[in-house]
Amino acid sequence: MPYSQFVLVCAGTACDSCQSREIYSRLTAAVRSQGLEGRVQVVRTGCFGFCAQGPVVKVLPDETFYVQVRPEDAGEIVAEHLAKGRPVKRLLYGGAGRAAIADIPFYQKQFRIVLRNCGVIDPENIEEYIAREGYEALATVLTSMTPEDVIEQVRISGLRGRGGAGYPTWKKWTFTKNADSDVKYVICNADEGDPGAYMDRSTLEGDPHSVLEAMAIAGYAVGAHQGYIYIRAEYPLAIHRLEVALRQARELGLLGRDILGTGFDFDVELRLGAGAFVCGEETALIASIEGHRGMPVPRPPYPAVRGLWGRPTVINNVETLANIPVIILKGGAWFASIGTETSKGTKVFALTGKVNNSGLIEVPMGTTLREIIFDIGGGIKGGKRFKAAQTGGPSGGVIPESFLDTPIDYESLAKLGSIMGSGGLIVMDEDDCIVDVNKFYLEFTVDESCGKCAPCRIGGRTMFNLLTDITEGRGTVGHIEQIHTVAHAMQKASLCGLGQTAPNPVLSSLTYFGEEYRVHIKEKRCPSGRCRALVTYTILADKCIGCTLCARRCPVNCIRGERRQPHVIDLSRCIKCGECFKACKFGAVQRS
Amino acid sequence: MTTARTIPTVKAEINGLECEVPEGTTILQAAERIGIRIPRLCYHPDLPAWAACGICVVKVEGSPKMLRACATPVEDGMRITTHDPEIVRVRKSVLQLLLSTHPNDCLRCPRNGNCELQRLAADFGIREVPFASRVASLPTDDSTRAVVLNPEKCVKCGRCAIVCQRMQNVWALEFVGRGDSTRLAPTGDIQLAESPCIRCGQCSAHCPVGAIYEHDETDRVWRALQNPDLHCVVQIAPAVRVAIGEAFGYEPGTVLTGKTYAALRRLGFQAVFDTNFGADLTIMEEATEFVHRFLHGAGPLPLITSCCPAWTDYMEKYAPDFIENFSTAKSPHAMLAAMAKTYYAQVKGLDPAKIYMVSVMPCTAKKFEIIRSREMFDGERPYVNVSITTRELARMIKECGIDFMELPDEEADSILGYYTGAGTIFGATGGVMEAALRTAHYLITKREAPDINFLPLRGLDGVKEATIEIAGRTLRVAAAHWMNNIETVLDRVRETRRRGEEPAYHFIEVMACRGGCVGGGGQPYGADDEVRRRRASGIYQDDAMSQKRCSHQNPYIQKLYAEFLGAPLSARAHELLHTHYRRRPVYAR
Amino acid sequence: MMGKLTLDELRALRERAQQTIARRQTAEGAAGEIIVGMGTCGIAAGAREALDALVETLNQHHRGDIVVRQTGCMGLCFSEPTVEVRVTGMPPTIYGRVTAEVARRIVEEHVIGGRLVDDHVYDRPATDLAPHLRAPGK
Repeated sequence: MPYSQFVLVCAGTACDSCQSREIYSRLTAAVRSQGLEGRVQVVRTGCFGFCAQGPVVKVLPDETFYVQVRPEDAGEIVAEHLAKGRPVKRLLYGGAGRAAIADIPFYQKQFRIVLRNCGVIDPENIEEYIAREGYEALATVLTSMTPEDVIEQVRISGLRGRGGAGYPTWKKWTFTKNADSDVKYVICNADEGDPGAYMDRSTLEGDPHSVLEAMAIAGYAVGAHQGYIYIRAEYPLAIHRLEVALRQARELGLLGRDILGTGFDFDVELRLGAGAFVCGEETALIASIEGHRGMPVPRPPYPAVRGLWGRPTVINNVETLANIPVIILKGGAWFASIGTETSKGTKVFALTGKVNNSGLIEVPMGTTLREIIFDIGGGIKGGKRFKAAQTGGPSGGVIPESFLDTPIDYESLAKLGSIMGSGGLIVMDEDDCIVDVNKFYLEFTVDESCGKCAPCRIGGRTMFNLLTDITEGRGTVGHIEQIHTVAHAMQKASLCGLGQTAPNPVLSSLTYFGEEYRVHIKEKRCPSGRCRALVTYTILADKCIGCTLCARRCPVNCIRGERRQPHVIDLSRCIKCGECFKACKFGAVQRS
Repeated sequence: MTTARTIPTVKAEINGLECEVPEGTTILQAAERIGIRIPRLCYHPDLPAWAACGICVVKVEGSPKMLRACATPVEDGMRITTHDPEIVRVRKSVLQLLLSTHPNDCLRCPRNGNCELQRLAADFGIREVPFASRVASLPTDDSTRAVVLNPEKCVKCGRCAIVCQRMQNVWALEFVGRGDSTRLAPTGDIQLAESPCIRCGQCSAHCPVGAIYEHDETDRVWRALQNPDLHCVVQIAPAVRVAIGEAFGYEPGTVLTGKTYAALRRLGFQAVFDTNFGADLTIMEEATEFVHRFLHGAGPLPLITSCCPAWTDYMEKYAPDFIENFSTAKSPHAMLAAMAKTYYAQVKGLDPAKIYMVSVMPCTAKKFEIIRSREMFDGERPYVNVSITTRELARMIKECGIDFMELPDEEADSILGYYTGAGTIFGATGGVMEAALRTAHYLITKREAPDINFLPLRGLDGVKEATIEIAGRTLRVAAAHWMNNIETVLDRVRETRRRGEEPAYHFIEVMACRGGCVGGGGQPYGADDEVRRRRASGIYQDDAMSQKRCSHQNPYIQKLYAEFLGAPLSARAHELLHTHYRRRPVYAR
Repeated sequence: MMGKLTLDELRALRERAQQTIARRQTAEGAAGEIIVGMGTCGIAAGAREALDALVETLNQHHRGDIVVRQTGCMGLCFSEPTVEVRVTGMPPTIYGRVTAEVARRIVEEHVIGGRLVDDHVYDRPATDLAPHLRAPGK
């Protein structure tokens, strides 16, 4: 017997902590007592992400959205809404009359332009893309716009490069358009490599045609007839979907010769990278496509003027391109109406780390970190305290709690010592050690440095070793001084962005979390207990009841003690894994 | 359109001074015009800027980062600052970072006293390196016995790889690994001797530090000189005399033939010969070979010179379709050595086995050439027992404390010492061709050429072409130097070959090193085009001052043929003075 | 597959494709569709197994009228694999953490039984731009 109404109770961590379990059982009981059990189903759901307003209850199919529901409201919801069809107005978001989801600001925190088709269409079926206005932008451009018109719309839109640096897209296009050459190229940079970033992969996997269509538009605007997508070989599914998409687009004449009978030729080929982070740097990327070792060369000349095989080349990243068809269809002015003064449109973030709802989100520029992390992201896992957010990956920086309400755009993040970057957004909580985290980022850049220029190649490793010293208790005040010296040399004298920005995470964390470094160096102590060399676990004899749990959990069997007698950790054998600390229910294991 | 080319200029301000330079001039070059030599490490004027080291950074108004002066062209209206306390601090930090990964063993380094990194450290007054020392432990590769790679000392300036790949088109060297573990290694991380390396040594000549250097054989020379049973003889190559002085404070290009002879005698050599005599002999054989092919079709054209061992090595690996075009004449030092152990031994009544021949060459590839095939051997012993570079000879002279500047000018020993101007110009690009043409003209017409100065063949252009009228026939010749230029010339020949036409050229000269032997891989450090030009002008000056300027006029050569060889290309000449070439795979197993 | 499109053919194809999709979601003939998020994140979390189980269970119950489709990442990475179910008579629903077992339950409880599968319902995090995408006047 199918149900006709459904009551969804958020059972996410945050709502759970405010009695959603109790609400669930009271709703279930009320449904039963009202004799509605054949008609109404009460279900527990994953986090809605609207945690600040939790606990949240949603009624389907009418999509009524109740917020800050208390257990004692359960009876009223069932009796009034479910039995009599009268929504409980005092529990509606924003009071009476704001029932529909589409009206709730929370649901407008996200705004999908880039991800408009991701998770909606079948990426391997071009007809589904076409059904959602796919290739209409290209058709419009080819039949009713001059290249100048196209660039003008992109200029009006205010679109800036989403790969990290935020260079105005129309400028790049204009340079290439004006460069004197019979052969020009369009490259899509899909060499996504920041740890924790997967926006481009998801876009290509979920909506490959949007990028192909945009490349053809770019080709038309700048006078190029060949495009390349430089994509890392570690993205086999994205590559597969692109191959399918290319085949289908060529079959329908949406790529290739004489597109849509307009006489415009444009085709795209894939070039696979071997997964070197530095190949996201455009000159290294070009070297790699040309078959050389992926090492950057100095700019100028910029690729827009002299790029692939010496020809003018537009290089845009996946997300930048995915915006283009929408800008054409809805107009640059529409796009420019979204976002902040200097940063228009939306930004896709890969929200990861200690956040409940990790995932791929797209928000208008100017959204605050607090909205992203606490509203969309559902807050910090396990009810822990927020410590910092990391944006821009290994080229970015950490942002402390005091700046959570800064509307984020290119400029505001730069002012905070971080960068927008490609969109990795990693959330840290109180258990994360800031020195350790930055060591991780630095290790990444050190690994991924191409090794060409001395400041990056040697400076990165030197800085990493200095951080290692600090996390292992060998830090001195001189270490911080040396870090600043190396960082300055790297920022000023590295050849490409990788080296120039590699010190950013460390520098920004020194700004906001200098005290934590000081504690590591002066007190040889790691407040979050991450830096094993600085941590000692001991058992407090007066608190230990001899339950033996810690001894059983210890992976190296270094805890001794008779049952019901205080236990002792053999520090010479302890590997400081912290298992005993986590296991003890009596607070007898002390971390110092 | 007018033929006069006007290069547009740009105006900029460097340290507040107005400066107008041709478009495309880099900041580094522009600064030199106003008397500022911006410190640099990886930059070398021969090569496109690789922009690796980060020492030459400068500030340009409007740019948040510092820009590399070596790679940044001056733009109109730029305001450039080449030094301020912050720039100096950054340069110093980068230098200290480099030093933290560099072995601290300058006193035992082949570049001690002549190292660009050492000089920078001195210029910047580095007294301490705050950063912990991290020197990678990497094995030295001496597999070629000609050029030694010591990757521990490498500063990753990239010069050697660019030289090997772009200047020489050999592709034996490459970066391997990445990040901090980047190192220079033979491509594919194999032994250098297994790589396509042609041993030209240009990598060593361009290395700023002691990471690539010649395989030192001065010990072997000392041991031979010490052996009372041996009759030690020596010969010096044309290009040595105009460069060795640089090690003793002379300007490049100073002709120091007499002092070098004197120094060699003081080192203990019993007879001092001159490779220029061998060059005259080479011309007799090669020009005769050419005339036979040109007039009588006794072999394919073009004839291609083979005195450069790096070039023959390259040809065998990369252009074996030209094996038949190669002159079979051995190189001058090999010819001279063969004559020393036969003719000279016979005249002097010496046991050839007791003659120990040392050749002093501007070249590291000669170390390989002397053992490259059976034809280089007299039984079990190579005709040239050991070949050392100009740099090694300079060190031997210094080891003995010989005051080179104060030495008298001495003469070479008879009967293999007298040379003509044609022999001496072998040391510069175009010289072998010019010398050969002087004699070929005579052989074809039985008259001396009206003007024996073939000026279009001189100078540092990568490919030089000339047409010469001899006896009513037009002779097309080309001279190419620094290997990357040779493919252009070969392709032209291949093209005419493919079409079944007359060959594009009749005679081609190739020298592997930039500028020819004067810019050889074994020459004193610091060569750039200016140095090469001055060395070459020394060579042509030596030629101009010679009483006889054509090989066939050399009375000792005439005597040699009369008394011993018979005629050019005689059976005996073939046996002693010629060699053969074979296809060799690029990657030897 | 059809040949190369002209402009008019592109627009005609769009009309047809839109109708096909509309039919698939609402029409009487087909009872609906199940869409599986098959991005790398989904596949890594077991979306393929879920998809196989969906197809297998539908077959067992002879429900050939339900179309199983794939799509890219829906963005709910914390709850992968994710599956969207749109069947007649039920609200469109997104399920998360869909193991093979949950997939079978989705068919049996949601599609056939008309009940939501408790504890696996998630929410699409945003209103969709798509309905507004069409440019004015087009």
